[in-house]
Amino acid sequence: MLAYILRRMGVMVVVLAAVSVCAFVIIQLPPGDYLDDYIAGLQARGTEVDQAEVEALRHQYGLDRPLYLQYLRWIGKIVRGDMGYSFVYARPVEALLKERLPLTVTISVLTLLFVYAVAVPIGIYSATHQYSFADYGFTVFGFVGLATPNFLLALVMMMLFFYLFGLNIGGLFSMEYVGAPWSFGKLLDLLAHLPVPIVVLGTAGTAGLIRVLRGSLLDELSKQYVITARAKGLDEQRLLFKYPVRVAVNPMLSTVGWLLPEIVSGETIVAIVLGLPTIGPLVFNSLLSQDMLLAGSTIMLLSFLTVVGTLISDLLLVMVDPRIRFEALQS
Amino acid sequence: MSQHEAHTATESVPNERAEQYFVATQWQLMWRKFIRHRLAVIGAVVLAVFYFWGLFPEFLSPSVPSERVRELAFSPPQRVRFVHDGRIRGPFVYGYRQSIDQLTLQKLYTADTTDLRPIRLFVRAAEYKLWGLIPGDIHLFGSDRGPVMLLGADSFGRDLFTRNLYAARVSLSVGLVGVVLSFVLGLVLGGISGYYGGMVDNVIQRIIEFLISLPTIPVWMGLAAALPPEWGSIQIYFGVTIILSIVGWTGLARVVRGKLLELREADFVMAARIAGARQRRIIAGHLMPSFMSYLIVHLTLAIPRMILGETALSFLGLGIRPPAVSWGTLLQDAQNIQTVVLYPWLMSPALFVVAAVLMFNFLGDGLRDAADPYK
Repeated sequence: MLAYILRRMGVMVVVLAAVSVCAFVIIQLPPGDYLDDYIAGLQARGTEVDQAEVEALRHQYGLDRPLYLQYLRWIGKIVRGDMGYSFVYARPVEALLKERLPLTVTISVLTLLFVYAVAVPIGIYSATHQYSFADYGFTVFGFVGLATPNFLLALVMMMLFFYLFGLNIGGLFSMEYVGAPWSFGKLLDLLAHLPVPIVVLGTAGTAGLIRVLRGSLLDELSKQYVITARAKGLDEQRLLFKYPVRVAVNPMLSTVGWLLPEIVSGETIVAIVLGLPTIGPLVFNSLLSQDMLLAGSTIMLLSFLTVVGTLISDLLLVMVDPRIRFEALQS
Repeated sequence: MSQHEAHTATESVPNERAEQYFVATQWQLMWRKFIRHRLAVIGAVVLAVFYFWGLFPEFLSPSVPSERVRELAFSPPQRVRFVHDGRIRGPFVYGYRQSIDQLTLQKLYTADTTDLRPIRLFVRAAEYKLWGLIPGDIHLFGSDRGPVMLLGADSFGRDLFTRNLYAARVSLSVGLVGVVLSFVLGLVLGGISGYYGGMVDNVIQRIIEFLISLPTIPVWMGLAAALPPEWGSIQIYFGVTIILSIVGWTGLARVVRGKLLELREADFVMAARIAGARQRRIIAGHLMPSFMSYLIVHLTLAIPRMILGETALSFLGLGIRPPAVSWGTLLQDAQNIQTVVLYPWLMSPALFVVAAVLMFNFLGDGLRDAADPYK
């Protein structure tokens, strides 16, 4: 078991190294660097720019060195916890991330829990009441939920809340709490703001998961052991939850592998629409203004979150499901 | 139809039909099964209409996307009416009378019952070039007495109905072009992976796992932000589709590999080999048919993901850039909640996006059922 965990950790390190190269390539792709923009801005305002000064700056930021050295320097600093300075926000990147990371993680985890809490009962109901009115209803919901991009859902929700209650549901805090230190009131305020983003982010995943669970449970229900148990007179309710549901729910844990990247990915764009103070808007703004260090760190961090989340879910799965544990330990 | 049903069918219906069932080719069986899936047929029909719009928006829309009617900025959708003065007549719309709300200083539009605009077919209006090549000025419908805006107007007084139709061309074709690209990538890499196996397979599989574990939208954003600002509409268009397929090919490659591995060992392939069939015949005559149906299903389900990706990127201003129109760029106008509440018709492109994606899902579902007609 320990060997398996260690091996998975090793693979994760390799993946993270690949992620960092990707993030670095992405931030290197736009022509020019931040200094070019900066200088163009100075010249536009009529300030004389001394060529020697530019070179000095370029040297200071290491922009005159070959790419691989720039990469090594960048990643070396990140490993030591120094993510550099954001030009746009005029603050260290760590400070920005420290502020927004907890909210991003909170929203992602809560969304994940929401998806399972809603999808599992509905999936079980749909499978046990196949072709019933409610089953058709959930199927329709599933199709529409999968077809609606979550940023559109965010817009529609904002519109509805505005029409119905005259409320502006953007953001995660009310005006009076935005800059305030943490207090009980602020926590309550946050809880009041959380449901909308969570529902928006979770809808597509819920729709997908209901279909997965319904399908696998239907498969299980038609198997012989179910018929045997029923023939022996086992109570329908106990039969359902004792065997087929357990078998059908387990593979769902492995869906975290695609569910989590999807949530983090969707969170990026929903946060921009709803104005949430999470990492998503940071990625967007830094990319628009070519704030390379910030863009690189945020993309890296989001990928890091999904990779680690997937690893945790895989380990959980190994612990819960003996069949998978057997397979994992065999290889 | 299950085996069991097939047998009972032989007993109860005239032999002719049963005979037809048993001699039908695989494609005929698939077609029959597909036709029975009602939602899938609806999906196919609606999508055919959408793509028809995307092919001929110049002719089908009453205006051109760049035509501005300043005085009609933010005017609401015009209703097509049939009753004027208590009498039924051909379809027409009323023009708008403008006034200013004294309280909010907002422009108000009220239907002007004296300004009757009969809708006619094949009207001469704004000039266009069909596919940028063939000049023309005949529009399927319109009125010679003033603009007809069935979905209202945007902030510049441009007809949203027209713009939605033109946007269909970009948004729907991004899906197709992107899927063709991922198809090629997936087929080649998945094929190599499944055919050679071993080390090559291992490396490609790890790359796929890696790409799947990345959060797509931030990566797309990063790549899209790198598209040079001086690029023209067409270059940007292809740039965006390439970015979308970089992530999109992975799923397809998995399907191809899995199927190849499975089929390589299948009995009928072995039988063909023993019977002395040449490699080319095995691939074209035996592998492809049992393969293509799955690929088509997968492609159908990949297109809506591409469409959603393009919409998301363009919505953020990182994808297709104006003056080119896609459903995503049109939705940029709907970003501000105040605007959306005041002018809800700016959300109309959302309906098209959701409808298109939904129909693709229906179609894909029907195709999936049909792909295995013996089940």
